[in-house]
Amino acid sequence: MIAPAPPVSLPAASVSRSESAARPGPLVSATVAILVAATAIPLGYVVWGAVSVGWNRAFELVVRPRVGELLVNTVALVVVTVPLCVIIGVAVAWLVERTDLPGRAVWRPLFVAPLAIPAFVNSYAWVGVIPSLHGLWAGVLITTLSYFPFMYLPVAATLRRLDPAVEESARALGSDSAGVFFRVVLPQLRLAILGGGLLIGVHLLAEYGAFAMVRFDTFTVAIFQQFQVTFDGAAGSMLAGVLVLLCLVLLLAEAGARGKARYARIGAGAPRTAVPVHLRRNVIPATTALTLLALLAIAVPVWTIMRWLWIGGTSVWHFGEIANALGQTIALAALAAALTTVLAFPVAWVAVRSNGVLARAVEGANYVTSSLPGIVTALALVTVAIHFVRPLYQSGPLIVFAYVLLFMPRALVNVRAGLAQVPVGLEEASRSLGSSPSATFLRVTLRLTAPAAAAAASLVFVAVATELTATLLLAPTGTRTLSMLFWSFSSELDYASAAPYALTLVVLAIPVTLILFRQSTKVAAL
Amino acid sequence: MTTMLGIRGLAKSFNGHVVLDHIDLDVAAGSTTAVVGSSGCGKTTLLRLVAGFETPDAGTVFISERQVASAERSVAPHRRSVGYVAQDGALFPHLTVGQNIAYGLSGGARSREVRNRVAELLETVALEASFASRRPHQLSGGQQQRVALARALAREPVLMLLDEPFSALDTGLRASTRKAVAQLLTDAGVTTLLVTHDQEEALSIADQIAVMRDGRFTQVGAPQDVYRRPNDRFTAEFLGDCISLPCTVTAGVAECALGRIPVQTSTGDGPAVLALRPEQLVATVISDSESPDGIGTVIGTEFLGHDVLLTIDPANDIAPIIVRQHSLDPPSIDAKVRIKVIGNGVALR
Repeated sequence: MIAPAPPVSLPAASVSRSESAARPGPLVSATVAILVAATAIPLGYVVWGAVSVGWNRAFELVVRPRVGELLVNTVALVVVTVPLCVIIGVAVAWLVERTDLPGRAVWRPLFVAPLAIPAFVNSYAWVGVIPSLHGLWAGVLITTLSYFPFMYLPVAATLRRLDPAVEESARALGSDSAGVFFRVVLPQLRLAILGGGLLIGVHLLAEYGAFAMVRFDTFTVAIFQQFQVTFDGAAGSMLAGVLVLLCLVLLLAEAGARGKARYARIGAGAPRTAVPVHLRRNVIPATTALTLLALLAIAVPVWTIMRWLWIGGTSVWHFGEIANALGQTIALAALAAALTTVLAFPVAWVAVRSNGVLARAVEGANYVTSSLPGIVTALALVTVAIHFVRPLYQSGPLIVFAYVLLFMPRALVNVRAGLAQVPVGLEEASRSLGSSPSATFLRVTLRLTAPAAAAAASLVFVAVATELTATLLLAPTGTRTLSMLFWSFSSELDYASAAPYALTLVVLAIPVTLILFRQSTKVAAL
Repeated sequence: MTTMLGIRGLAKSFNGHVVLDHIDLDVAAGSTTAVVGSSGCGKTTLLRLVAGFETPDAGTVFISERQVASAERSVAPHRRSVGYVAQDGALFPHLTVGQNIAYGLSGGARSREVRNRVAELLETVALEASFASRRPHQLSGGQQQRVALARALAREPVLMLLDEPFSALDTGLRASTRKAVAQLLTDAGVTTLLVTHDQEEALSIADQIAVMRDGRFTQVGAPQDVYRRPNDRFTAEFLGDCISLPCTVTAGVAECALGRIPVQTSTGDGPAVLALRPEQLVATVISDSESPDGIGTVIGTEFLGHDVLLTIDPANDIAPIIVRQHSLDPPSIDAKVRIKVIGNGVALR
């Protein structure tokens, strides 16, 4: 359950846009146009579903007690979990980055670590500890512990980047510590908080496994169950429509709250590091709180997995089957990661280097699809495949295509940032030294964006490896990935047999979590 | 003398805003031309059009008599055989200095031929051969700029384009790098087009300067000519401090508050504005009894080291005059001074 670091706005990118140098060639334009058109499939599916069942039937399907119940559940989940994550994420980031709390070097990576544990594995772990866990509060507990790093990461990165001179000025103007925090620091964290909040909200709407495990019905869970019962039903597509509307509400709320705000440090030169706040006698309560959080978020899942492994003993280690699942997972994830990253280049290039209709279409499409739940995309592809390209249904290419659609925004965030950091001047220098545009791309641009592309590929790799919802819907018959096997064992309440798969999933995700952590520290150095 | 770069009627607009308004310019082979103007006047756009990074809306660009750009057809930058040095050098951060210089050369960076050429180029720009293995970030600003120049020279371009190449350097380094680069380009016989906002840089480095304002050239000519005989007040004031006095011109002599001063003029007889450079004026202290022409009172002095700036009130209803002279024994405040004018002035409308 690795998600992208929230997009870092790079104002430099827009400065480097130049008019005539930025006309994408036909190949690039066509690729990008096809991808943008493909991102419209999920939305098209929802609209088409609503139109084809007719207004009256659609109204009947949407306005019914079951939908009301799902709506209450889903909205309550978002409304409770997001603020909880804000409080925890900001408090932890502030304690770790801005105070003299001992052990900063340990805390920093520790609170990114929960990202290596997929939410459905976390859910499995908690059910193992408290078997009676169910409903809204179970969902809130598990997702808060899984998702607060999405808030912690950007807030911590922003805190490191803030110019202490601004806070010192506030001090000199008569504010005390609390005053400085609420009047100067917190407003500057607004963009990070909104970005993190949106990311958490989107994950809450899209999560299936974690909630299914604790019998908490959100829209995604209900759509999935509906699909298992009626396959290509109108009821399912109507529910998907409501879910998409919820996503759009979330996007609009974030965009509205953000406004046109840009917080830039004015003036050049490297900022000094802030003088840490002395916690004095608050050191012990602060350390206790952080320790408790780390125990709940990391120790509980790790301990449960280990306990099940211990209980299961050697009999749960079917190495042949595990190796086979690992091989399939790696093959699928590597293929999807490579394809997504390669395709992200033309899209990112258009977004960064050109102006015009295509660039705006890319931005818009990317913005909306990044918030669409995997279940909607998966359902849309199932429907399209069944109606138009029957042979593709439950085929390898279709699931890889689904992964590309689902995770393109994550790859794009990285490739785009990498591309935006390559000064146009370098490409021009190369051109004036006799290299053709394509040679320039290979010798300069690609070479300089390679680290960003590697980060993008690894993010997509882990996202695919730990993906559950779309994989369950679209996987060709006979596919056995780690997450599918984990899910089938834990659905049969065979927690011990599921444990080796949970462990393998976590281990697969650890290196990428480290990349995310390193990236967030680098952003601070920009 | 052959023309290496010819520009005819070149025009370019961005979003309906005219940046270049039908420019003409000729650069003789082996010479250096500086385009000087304040930021946003269009000079960088001109350079980018010549380099091929932008395409013109109208007009043509010729490089060694080959048409490389027009509104219809544009030769790609890598086929123009021009060298281009950007403001910050634009060194490739992923390559060493040697690999940077070898970038435009054919053959592997490790081949002996290329290595010799790199060493030779490093020597040309007065850097030690050991620099070849360094990374760009290990160099100072001036060194980076020299590597960028070596890299551009490697392909033996017929035309070198320099985009404010010294502006990122600090003052002392700027003067010395400027001198070294000018010498080097002259020795290599490379035709150079330089854009800068620093008029001193333009005047010192170029054989020809072109003063640009709002997408047009106000004047093109040899530095001394343009400095001494500007066509208009903008050009006069842009190239250095300037004293403007109302005057009446009669048969090549301007009658003004400082007396009768010979002028070059194309405006003919009648009222005009007399433009003088501060260094043309010398203020000498006089006794109270002397009178009356060209006398004023010192109302301010500003000590600048080897020079002193005197603010002198000429006492007949015209604005105070600034005189710049050496700082030995300057007149004190309230001293009566006579202002003598050396050489000719320029009468402008």
